[in-house]
Amino acid sequence: MTKAKTNKKTLSEFRERNRKSGGYLMKRKIMDVGISICRALLLFGMCFLILQPILNKISVSFMTEEDLFNPIVISIPEHFTTQNYIIAADLMTYKEALINSSWISITIAILQIAVCTLVGYGFARFKFPLKNFWFACVILVILVPPQTISSSLHLHFRFFDVFGIIEALRGESLNLRGSVLPYYMLSAGCMGLKNGLYIYMIRQFFRNIPEDMEEAAYVDGCGTLKTFVRIMLPQAKPIITSCFLFAFVWQWTDGFYSKMFLGTRPLVSTALARIVDSIGPYIQRITGVLTTVSVAYSNCILATGTLMIILPLIILYLFAQRTFVESISSTGIKM
Amino acid sequence: MKKQKNKLAGLQKRKAISGYLFISPFIIGFLVFMVKPLLNSLYMSFCSVELGSGIFTSTYIGLENFHKAFLVDPEFNRLLVEEFTRMLLYSLGIMVFSFFVALVLNQKFKGRAMVRAIFFLPVILSSGVILGLETDNQLMATLAQTIEMTTQNVSITDTLEEVLRTMGVGVRAFEEVFVLIDNIYDVAIASGIQIIIFLSGLQTIPASMYEAASIEGCTKWESLWKITFPMISSLFLVNWIYTVIDFCMRSDNAVIEKIQLVMIGQMNYGFASAMSWIYFIIVLAFVGLTSFFISKGVYYYD
Repeated sequence: MTKAKTNKKTLSEFRERNRKSGGYLMKRKIMDVGISICRALLLFGMCFLILQPILNKISVSFMTEEDLFNPIVISIPEHFTTQNYIIAADLMTYKEALINSSWISITIAILQIAVCTLVGYGFARFKFPLKNFWFACVILVILVPPQTISSSLHLHFRFFDVFGIIEALRGESLNLRGSVLPYYMLSAGCMGLKNGLYIYMIRQFFRNIPEDMEEAAYVDGCGTLKTFVRIMLPQAKPIITSCFLFAFVWQWTDGFYSKMFLGTRPLVSTALARIVDSIGPYIQRITGVLTTVSVAYSNCILATGTLMIILPLIILYLFAQRTFVESISSTGIKM
Repeated sequence: MKKQKNKLAGLQKRKAISGYLFISPFIIGFLVFMVKPLLNSLYMSFCSVELGSGIFTSTYIGLENFHKAFLVDPEFNRLLVEEFTRMLLYSLGIMVFSFFVALVLNQKFKGRAMVRAIFFLPVILSSGVILGLETDNQLMATLAQTIEMTTQNVSITDTLEEVLRTMGVGVRAFEEVFVLIDNIYDVAIASGIQIIIFLSGLQTIPASMYEAASIEGCTKWESLWKITFPMISSLFLVNWIYTVIDFCMRSDNAVIEKIQLVMIGQMNYGFASAMSWIYFIIVLAFVGLTSFFISKGVYYYD
């Protein structure tokens, strides 16, 4: 009752104001509503555009092979099945790959971000000779495609040696290919996947923090390292979180470095890349009959596998989405 | 007086030393894992590398590999040109798209957090192996075709093309744009980071500027070009560089695929290095040149 009354009151008030402004208020109101409707339509369309492949994959992953060839079935499967998931999990050795991938992604991401934070802080806060030169090197690292150096990195780790010490001790150089060690070494040296970018982002973040706090800490007798750990790190939490997420996600899906250094280990990314080739022999092994797998069905398995791989990432993203989005967009990556 | 100066120099020295300590991981990594392989691969590109059991020998053969890449290999030139034009087209498309989306996402409306979350989802979805697999998934392509068939084959670009043709406007000029619109999904999926960067720039523009402009009678459209555009023009440079580099290093890039194949599949390290160096130099030259021109137009507020 009272609500209707107030509504009526505000309406009449609105009319009054509109009359006073010579119709301007009304015009503006209509324009605002129109714009927000247009915006909603546009955004809905674009969100659909991004989500559609995922929805599509979900619907396909529950279909039987029969449904795939049925022209009437488009998005809702007629014969609902979870068989695709079982096959895909078997093909990718899902459990093992998942554990392996999580372990490697987490350790690599922690190592990379720890080192990159140190380096980024060093670039942001200290004045030292040749600083610009070294920073230009960081930019160079961002720019050099890893493919350019991959062939010689290959050989570098195939015949690994530190100033000939190992050769003197063992009589021959070390073959580090097929082990995980080279990749950890690369990460410790900031040369992993997109590490130049992390350094750059962290540096920009530290540069935006006012120096007063640090100076106060120095005056109170706090050492450089202690200041960094106690004062600066807590403030840099948002950028570290988002860089960590970047590192984790990119490592998770990375095919290039994984193929190069971790080729023998079952990882989700490399397993997914192989899934189409391995489905034929797999079915042959089970049924004992030489069969050719239809393209549609192998793609269906591929879609299922992709879903299974991005599922952990999406769960992670849902939890960390707020920090992820807000921290980057509010801290500002300025030039 | 002199003593004090010395002390200051000492402090500066200490700071310089701790600075170097902080960046030392990078320096070591850079020298060991970047400079050495880089020089090595440059040298290898002039060599024929033979990988035996336990040893590898490289014999100097001059410009043979480069000669092979440009004049003998049937694919390399074609792939290079194709990828380059594709990169140019898509990078421009991504820039325009991400700028536009950032403008929209910067406004206040209901459900903004959710929309933002969806738009940044591509950062996850368009990485690494998933991207490469996505492009040659024929099932999805046929599915899209079926949907297109059932809707009587009406696509927006076709209709637009029809309209333009009947209006007597040449369609050829817009052909590339139509290609881009047809592949809008690829553009949207590749512009996650760019949107974030633009958005961060938009949020640093003080609201008072817009207020002052609107009091002076500036319309929204004018303030877009007179305030927003110049204020985040420096981010155009950042985004352009990032987009180009990102596109050139994507794992579904045909040139990269070719290099990978030659290196790992055929064990031809010398030829692979030569090709990757050619590619690297071209990309670097392109990035350098374009960012030089863009940086001329960049406006710095302070």
